[in-house]
Amino acid sequence: MAIFLNENTKVIVQGMTGSEGTKHTRRMIASGTKIVGGVTPGKGGQVVEIEGISLPVFNTVAEAVAATGANASVIFVPPKFAKSAVVDAIDAYVPLIVVITEGIPVHDTASFFAYAQKIGKSRIIGPNCPGLISPGKSNIGITPADITGAGKIGLVSKSGTLTYQMMYELRDIGFTTAVGIGGDPVIGTTHIDCLKAFQDDPDTEAIVMIGEIGGDAEERAAAFIKEYVTKPVVGYVAGFTAPEGKTMGHAGAIVSGSSGTAEAKKVALEAAGVQVGKTPSETATLLRSILQG
Amino acid sequence: MDLFEYQARDLFEANGVPVLAGAVATTPEEAQRAAEKIGGKVVVKAQVKIGGRGKAGGVKLAENPADTFEKAKAILGMDIKGHTVHKVMIAAAAPIESEYYLAILLDRAARSFLVMASVSGGMDIEEVAHKTPEKLAKVHIDPNDGISQEKALDIVRKGGFPSDVEKGVAEVLVTLWKTFQSSDATLVEVNPLVKTADGRIIALDGKVTLDDNAAFRHPDHEALIDHAATNPLEALAKEKDLNYVKLDGEVGVIGNGAGLVMSTLDVVAYAGEKFGGVKPANFLDIGGGASAQVMADGLSIILGDPAVKSVFVNVFGGITACDAVANGIVQALTMLGDKATKPIVVRLDGNNVLEGRRILNEANHPLVQQLDTMDGAAAKAAELAAK
Repeated sequence: MAIFLNENTKVIVQGMTGSEGTKHTRRMIASGTKIVGGVTPGKGGQVVEIEGISLPVFNTVAEAVAATGANASVIFVPPKFAKSAVVDAIDAYVPLIVVITEGIPVHDTASFFAYAQKIGKSRIIGPNCPGLISPGKSNIGITPADITGAGKIGLVSKSGTLTYQMMYELRDIGFTTAVGIGGDPVIGTTHIDCLKAFQDDPDTEAIVMIGEIGGDAEERAAAFIKEYVTKPVVGYVAGFTAPEGKTMGHAGAIVSGSSGTAEAKKVALEAAGVQVGKTPSETATLLRSILQG
Repeated sequence: MDLFEYQARDLFEANGVPVLAGAVATTPEEAQRAAEKIGGKVVVKAQVKIGGRGKAGGVKLAENPADTFEKAKAILGMDIKGHTVHKVMIAAAAPIESEYYLAILLDRAARSFLVMASVSGGMDIEEVAHKTPEKLAKVHIDPNDGISQEKALDIVRKGGFPSDVEKGVAEVLVTLWKTFQSSDATLVEVNPLVKTADGRIIALDGKVTLDDNAAFRHPDHEALIDHAATNPLEALAKEKDLNYVKLDGEVGVIGNGAGLVMSTLDVVAYAGEKFGGVKPANFLDIGGGASAQVMADGLSIILGDPAVKSVFVNVFGGITACDAVANGIVQALTMLGDKATKPIVVRLDGNNVLEGRRILNEANHPLVQQLDTMDGAAAKAAELAAK
C-alpha cells in the first residue's frame, strides 16, 4: 500500500501543453504514472503525443474527468492562472489536486483552499511543492523516479530537494510514499495529514518528517505525534543557522522574533519522542538504527 | 515586503482608512516645510522597520516648524537597534482620548485570515494576548467572504469596544479589509487606532506587509522597495533572478532548492566548528531546472564577495541536471579567468550525475575539487575557508 497515490490513480495534467507541463508529463509517464489526458482552456479537442501515448486535451477539468475517469490532477500552470485552474479541478470534484506551481500569491491560495474545504471533495497538495511519489507505483509531480524504489518508509517534507536527498540517503530501504507538501505559508496538505495517513497505512513501518524554519507546523505535528502516532518517527529541521528576519527562499521560511526557529521545532519534536537529526545523514542514521531495532 | 509607516499611511489613505495629514522627509529642511504645510503642532517620527522606536527617542513632538527642523535633525541619522534613520514622517498631532488595536493578518496555522481587535491599544499586542487574552478578540475571516459592514460590527462588539465608537471602528475595519485584499497584504495592523478628543476614529500608526508573490499584479509596489537597505550583492542577484541572501561568514554556498540550501548552511556551520568557527557567507538557491548560465551567474556573484574564502556547490539534481551545473561552473571560471582565486568544492548527485562529474574531471581546473558526500564536501569547504 501507499498513501494518497497508487498504481490505479488516473492523472490529468493541467497545463500539459506548456513547456514545463509537457516535460514533466513525459517524465511522469516514463516513471509509470497513468496519465490519461490534459487540460488547457481553449485547446480542447487537440491530441498530444507524449512518450508514444496519445493524450486528449480538454477545455475544462470536468470534461476531462467525464471522458477519462481521472481521479487526480497535477497543475503546472503559471502563478497568474493557478487559482482558476485549481478552482476548475475543485468544481470537478477531483479527489487529489497536486499544485506544483511556485510563486502563487497567498491570497489566491487561501481563497482556493477555503473553497476546497467548503466543497469538501478534494485534497490539495502544495502549492510550491515537488508532488508525491509512491515508488514503483505512481509519481505525480517532479520528483526524480530513479532515486529509490518501494519500501517501508513514509516521508513528508516541506522541501523538494531535501526530499530527494533523504530518499537517496535511505535508498537501500525504500519508501511507501514520499510527499512534498510545499514551502508556502498556506498549503493544502500538512505534516499532520501525512503523519495520520502513514500511521494508518499498514505497509509504512517508520516515518521521516522533514521541516524547516518558519511558522509552527512542526510544533503542531509534534503534538499530533504524541497523541496519535505509534510508529517510529525521526525528524529533521533545516535552518538551524538561519538569521532572524531573512526569508530563506521559501515564502514561509523566515524566523520572526522567537517563533519559527529550528531549535524550537527540534525541542517540540523531541518532547514528543521524535529523534531529530542535526543533518540529513545523521537523520538517516537514526532511522536506520530504529529499523534495525 | 514590510512597508515603512509613511508608506502604510499612504496606502491606508488611498483605501479610505482615516489617517491624519502626514508627509515624509529626508532632511530637516524638508521636515520644516512639511510642518509649515500641515500647520500647528506635529509629531516627528523615525521611519524604521523595527519596533521600539519611541523608547529609543525616535518619536518627538514639535511645537512649530522651527522646532520640527531641530527635532528632525536630532532623529535623522539616529541608530535604532541597528537600523539607521534615513527618513522621518511629519504627522499632525491630535489630542488622543482612547487607544485601540485592530489588525488583519494571514493565520498560517488556520490557513485563513484573522482579525484581531482590542480596546487595549497602544502597547505591545503580544503582551495583551499573553496577560489579558480576554481583551483581544480573534475572529477568522473566510477569504472568499471578506468583511462586510455587518461582520465588522460583530467583530467590534466581540472586542468590547464602547458603544459610541462601535460604528466608527467597524467602518475602519471594512476599509482595512479593502486595503488588505486589494494590495495583497499578509498583514495590516493599526496600533494605535485612536479616538480623538473631538470623537474621530483615526489610524495613528500602521504596519503593512505585502506578499512578494503578488508583485505581478501590483506594478506600483516596485516603488515601495527600500533600495537603500538592500545589500549590493543581493541587488545584483535579484537582477539575475537569483534567490540570494547575504550572511556574515566565509564559505560561499550555492545549491538547488531552498530546503537543501538551508540544510547546507547548517552542515557548513557544524563543519566550521572544527575549523575556527567558519560560517556560511550566503544563501543562494539556483532553483529547479537551472541552466549553465544561471549556475555561472550564481558563482560569479559569490566569487565577487570579498568575504568569501571558499565555495561549496551542493546540488542534488531533480529537474536540475548535474551536467548543466558542471558546465556552468566551467563557464564561470573561464569567464572570470585570473579573477577567480577561491577554491571551489563541488558535490553533485542525482539527475545526470556521471556526466556532470565527468565534465568537471575533464576540465581539471586547479580551483575545483569534487567530493562524494554533502558532509565530506562541507568539511573540506570549511577547512579551505579557515586557511
